[in-house]
Order: sequence, then C-alpha cells, then structure tokens
Amino acid sequence: MKGLITMDDLTNEDILSILDDAARLLPVARGETYLPLLEGKILGNLFFEPSTRTRMSFETAMKRLGGDVVNLGDVKTSSVVKGETLFDTIQMVDGYTDIIAMRHPRQGAARYAQDAARVPILNGGDGAGHHPTQTMLDLFTILQSHGTLEGLSVVLAGDLRYGRTVHSLSHALVRFGCKLILASPELLRMPAEIIEDLREHGADVIETEDLLGNINDADVVYMTRIQKERFADEDEYTKVAGAYKLHARDVANVKAEMIIMHPLPRVDEIHPSVDSTRHARYFEQAFNGVVARMALLCRLLNIEVPAEIQGGEA
Amino acid sequence: MADEHNMRRVTAIRNGTVIDHIPSGQSLKVLELLNIARDTSVPVSLVMNVPSKKMGSKDIVKVEDRELTQTELDRLALVAPDSSIAIIRAYTVAEKLEVNLGKEVRNVVQCTFSNCITQNLREPLPHRLRVTSTDPLTLRCHYCQRPQDLDELIHNLL
Repeated sequence: MKGLITMDDLTNEDILSILDDAARLLPVARGETYLPLLEGKILGNLFFEPSTRTRMSFETAMKRLGGDVVNLGDVKTSSVVKGETLFDTIQMVDGYTDIIAMRHPRQGAARYAQDAARVPILNGGDGAGHHPTQTMLDLFTILQSHGTLEGLSVVLAGDLRYGRTVHSLSHALVRFGCKLILASPELLRMPAEIIEDLREHGADVIETEDLLGNINDADVVYMTRIQKERFADEDEYTKVAGAYKLHARDVANVKAEMIIMHPLPRVDEIHPSVDSTRHARYFEQAFNGVVARMALLCRLLNIEVPAEIQGGEA
Repeated sequence: MADEHNMRRVTAIRNGTVIDHIPSGQSLKVLELLNIARDTSVPVSLVMNVPSKKMGSKDIVKVEDRELTQTELDRLALVAPDSSIAIIRAYTVAEKLEVNLGKEVRNVVQCTFSNCITQNLREPLPHRLRVTSTDPLTLRCHYCQRPQDLDELIHNLL
C-alpha cells in the first residue's frame, strides 16, 4: 500500500488491523500519554478547499505522535492562485514532507497526486469522490459501539449523491457483509455507478425515500447534510429536507444499541434533543478522527504501533 | 461475393490502409478518431451501410498512401473494436492487423466528467481510461473513476 485514495487500497484485514492500532492509540490521542512514534516526520497538509475537522484532526494526530506539520495555507494566497498545476504543487510538497494529506474540489485529484508523488497521499476528500480517512474513523466508531463490523444493518440518509463520506463508507460496509438502506430524496440518490459497484460485491442494498420508516430495525443510522444549493428553489429544499431530520421522539422505538452518526457539521438534520439520547455518537465520531488518522499515519509511514501502550486500553 | 462487390464500390488502392467491418454509420467517427478528417493531403474513400455477411451492414474506409500504425489503429477500439485492417502495398494485402484495446486507453481521449482533475489540460500526467468490460465496451477514468459515455467520449479526442 502506498497511499490511501479509496477504500479499495485497503483489504478487510488491513482495515481491522489499523482499527486495532487505533484502539491502542486512544490514550495517546487523549493526551494521557506521550508516544513520539513519528518524531522527525513531517506531514504536508494540502487543503485546496475548506476543512475544519479533517485538517485539524490530521494536524492533531501528527503532533500527538511527535511529528510536525506544514500547511499549504489559504489557497487564495498560495501559488495555486497563480495558476500552478496540481502536479507542480505536489512535486514541491513531495520534496518537503514525508506524507501528504490532501483535499481538493476536483474529483480524481487524490489519485492524480499519488501518481505524481513519491510520498504517500492520504485522500481527505476529492470533489464528490471519496473520503476514506473519514470512513476509517466511521468504522472505528461502529466497531467501538457494536464490537463488530460484520452483518450490520446500516441506514445511510440525506445527500447520498454528493456526499463523498457515504460513497467511501458504503464500499467498506458491503465488504463486511452489511445490509445498506439508502434513504435519500430522488434528486440526491446514490450515483448509479456506486450502486452497481456495491451490487457487484453481492451487497444487499435497498433504495428508499423513507428514512423514519427504516430506522427501527437499524444498527446504525448515518445522517448527512442536505445542502440548500442542490435545489432549484428554497421551497423545494424545505419540503424535501424536512423528511431527513431526526428528533429524539423519532428514536423511541429503535433498537437499544442503535447508534446515530454524522460526519458533521450538522445544520438541522439532527435535532439537539437527540444529543442526550444513548444513540448519539457524532461527537465521539469526530474525536475518533484523531485516533483513526494516527493509526493511518503510522501504517503509511511503516511505523509499527507497539502491542502495548502504557496507560492504554484495548 | 457481397464483400467483393462492396470493396469495388470504390477503386482499389495502390498503397495505404483499408479498414473493413466498421459498424454501420461509425465510419465518420473512425475518420475523426484517426485525425484523418482534418488531414487534407491524403485521398480517403468511404463506403457506408453496405451489406455484410458477418454484420448485416457495415462501413469501409480506405486511406491512400498512409500506413496507419498499431497505436493509431488501437484508437479504433472505441467505436469499431471488431474491425479488420489491411495494409496495402502495390495493390496487394501486405499485412493484416487487429484492433487491440488492452486494459487501458492512454492519451487518446479526455474523461467526460466536467469536474475531473484532468479537465485542466495543463496538468501533465497522461489521460487514462480503464477498460472495465469489452462487450459491451465500458470505460472508467483512472483518476475520478466515473464511467464514460461512449457517444460523448468521441467528442473528447485529444
């Protein structure tokens, strides 16, 4: 494995072993113990479009492990605005760093960068393409709650067309034999080629416009934000988005162990009343971004995570 | 006999390339693919929609005084993967060639997806489309992984 561009770059064994490393790194991520496994290593953060959680969690992960970070900074003040190609930008950063985390508005940019680079690329989102490091933290969160990734019933809801997190996550879940219920408005359905890929993997996939009718049997409900700008007018948005919101009263009859996830930021698709229910996991999920990225940085830099970490828990 | 008659619809060429068994109606695309349409220096003969035992009906293209290379002919795989090619020297068939699609189409066409990284033509890495199936032909961009619409693709020749 060189970089992580899509989930196809990882086998199921790789995924489980990286998540196992992540579990052992939890006390390091919490700052309870210091483990400078990446001392002397430099991460290049190349975010060509806005990011809060992904960029900050990469930076935190690197620093918690004793490594350092250089940032592209604001695209508007970088050489990109002068018309520099991605190829040239990558050539430069490739020389400065040991590994690159990247987000780019164009789909395929991460694969392109990996073809141009010597160092591993971690895809932090490419257009409406993939977001595999988010998937790793999502899987870590699911594993923490359910103790397994196998055979779960997962509802993915909201914007499945442009939401890159659900593109990567759905690929990974079907490889573990999960049943997927894809709940979205007609306009924002999962792209046909992704459905085709999922079914080629023998996946049990159901497409529906009904979210609330499908949550009672689910083990995981994964919500995403529906963006106003995807709709021709605001009335249409209000009508459609209203059907993809969760309130505490909606989860009265769900399974006790069902978890609600969201890649954040949320707008109003999860009502604050849900936050205090036993099902809410989105804030832990955001924290898990650090630990999952720590484990990925170690794996791609060929640094072994010790089998036992002081103050660690399995 | 039908095939022989078809070949005689236009004069036999002395030297050059004959592309036979092109699916009916696709010969104009073949000319475009091979950049022949823009080249005014070579005589080109075109036969369209003639009966064929093998295909029902077909097109034929004859290009005089130019021997197309294997690389050029491989571009044909996008529209006429089953065509047969003969290199003609002194009125006789000197060589028979086959279209070879391979696993990837490299630097022939640009991905059709408007938000693909390769839309910036200043980016120097090769345009790469992976062949995901040969019958029917399906292609996906190596970078953005989007499936390609073959009719649209023909307008994106490099």
